[in-house]
Amino acid sequence: MSDPILELRQVQTHFATPAGLVRAVDGVSLTLARGEVLGLVGESGCGKSTLARTILQLVPTTGGSVVLAGRTLTGAPAGEIRAARRDLQMVFQDPYASLNPRMTVFDTLAEPLLVHAVCPRAEVPVRVAELMQLVGLAPRFARKYPHEFSGGQRQRIAIARALALQPKLIVADEPVSALDVSIQAQILNLLSDLVRRMDLSLIFIAHDLSVVKHISDRIAVMYLGKIVELGPAADVIERPAHPYTRALISAIPTPDPARERSRPRVILAGDPPSPLDPPAGCPFHPRCAYVQERCRAAVPALAPAGPRRTAACVRLGEI
Amino acid sequence: MPLLDVTDLRVHFHTRSGVFRAVDGVSFSLERGETLGLVGESGSGKSVSCYALMGLLPTPPARIESGTAVFDGTDLLRAPASAVRALRGKRIAMIFQDPMTSLNPYLRIGEQIVEPLLIHESLPRRAALQRAESMLAAVGIPDPARRLRQYPHEFSGGMRQRVMIAMALITKPELLIADEPTTALDVTVQAQILDLIKSMQRELGMAVIFVTHDLAVVSGLCDRVQVMYAGRIVETAGTRTLFGAARHPYTRELQRSIPALQSKGAALYTIPGLPPDLSKPLPGCAFAPRCEFATGACTATAAELRPVAAHHAHACTRAQRGEI
Repeated sequence: MSDPILELRQVQTHFATPAGLVRAVDGVSLTLARGEVLGLVGESGCGKSTLARTILQLVPTTGGSVVLAGRTLTGAPAGEIRAARRDLQMVFQDPYASLNPRMTVFDTLAEPLLVHAVCPRAEVPVRVAELMQLVGLAPRFARKYPHEFSGGQRQRIAIARALALQPKLIVADEPVSALDVSIQAQILNLLSDLVRRMDLSLIFIAHDLSVVKHISDRIAVMYLGKIVELGPAADVIERPAHPYTRALISAIPTPDPARERSRPRVILAGDPPSPLDPPAGCPFHPRCAYVQERCRAAVPALAPAGPRRTAACVRLGEI
Repeated sequence: MPLLDVTDLRVHFHTRSGVFRAVDGVSFSLERGETLGLVGESGSGKSVSCYALMGLLPTPPARIESGTAVFDGTDLLRAPASAVRALRGKRIAMIFQDPMTSLNPYLRIGEQIVEPLLIHESLPRRAALQRAESMLAAVGIPDPARRLRQYPHEFSGGMRQRVMIAMALITKPELLIADEPTTALDVTVQAQILDLIKSMQRELGMAVIFVTHDLAVVSGLCDRVQVMYAGRIVETAGTRTLFGAARHPYTRELQRSIPALQSKGAALYTIPGLPPDLSKPLPGCAFAPRCEFATGACTATAAELRPVAAHHAHACTRAQRGEI
């Protein structure tokens, strides 16, 4: 892939806690092409949000490198990282918490324009109105406060704020998980549309595969700090290679009563293991339906699992 | 006689910016052992209806304007407080969306689980703790004796919801009201909790009202589904009928807009427009302004829930007349 927007090379983010070392992100390598949408899925605690924060350099990286459009961010001086954030923006899960309740929509959207001196002060109102229109909000609401909007509208404001600096890459961390099913589709459509129109790249994080399948070109599945499967979205959803991806897909309820009552389901027992004390060998083996003795021996590496696909399972060919 | 019979329930919120008709004439009944899905978007009145049944609404601003909710001979909305208290937490239990904010962070799990037993069954502490331990085991929490002595923060989200379920079911209630119990959870944990509710329901033979915004969640769990919009029930039917042969345009639009059902590539279908402002009068069908089939008559004349087949009723006047 020539001239990728983002390259992660063996990225590690470990946290030293009183209880021990938490390997939240443990050796993730990824390349994101310009204009590509990558869906990143996994359960709570798998490290997907820490990976997002690592990409933005909001948490200190303990190993590997993050390269944005040719610029290495890991270890770069604070000023350089701040400059790089013009190209790199984030949308958070909870639009109730990520917007300042005392700032009007206008103030929220004008702030990044003024901080980064994107345009002359006199042009700010015009830019704010453009941003609001871009995300489907009427500019006449500019003087309203976040509490006057619904959850879906607030997420639109958060997206407009992320777009203010015309970034090259947006990392959206569970942007629709707090929204009603009927509103999720609106935000997904908006993001897809913006990616096309603004030549953006997007990393879309979710715990629900059905949500990412529509928007993503490729999907990466994370488990306990590592990517366990990566491939084109349709292939990963329709023919999952890793047993963990299969379990994730099987857990999604379907709106079809007959199928829902008869289909065989893989219900994962328990929670993911603690990243403080990961199991030896494949991190998924204690919950895996296909576990064998050799799964306990060594951590499986990502291996080819079809065209443009990789998965980290020693039994790929057998199951 | 049904276990629960709700008639013409109206709950309004009296605020400085007006009177919001959150629940606007809701009637339904529930048989013993039946599982009813109550589905709708934020603000449709599904949770407020349940809170009203449990007497958990803050008054003011909320006010129950009319209606009865008869549970096995007792009107929950009018009976003396002591009579309602004797039912609540004993024969009627409720679980909530967020298990972290509904458990007391300062009390050990054991203390919280035995509370209903101490209050309602006057059991000695030792016996109550033993029941709590077997209940934790029944909801799938490993090492229950040790877990009883732990605090809520020592549990994961899914485990906390299991604790909530153990606490709700320890008195073997006849009715469980579950208000979005899986919305805050991972899909994998959601599947575990749905299975748990299903198996506990079979075991105890209790009736369940399951509130959710996600139609997909109720498809495997519920016998009957009731769809709410703007404080009213717009359609109620057996689960298979509702998913296979819904008649109300809102129910159909809601199904069309589920991302999981739509194929990749094309833009996802969304329902045009916004839900109505509940502080303004809505003389006709509340969905009419967003409905592709609406005529002038739809916004002018009241739409009433009418039976169209056995166990199937809806509130679309045009579909009732066979026009759509």
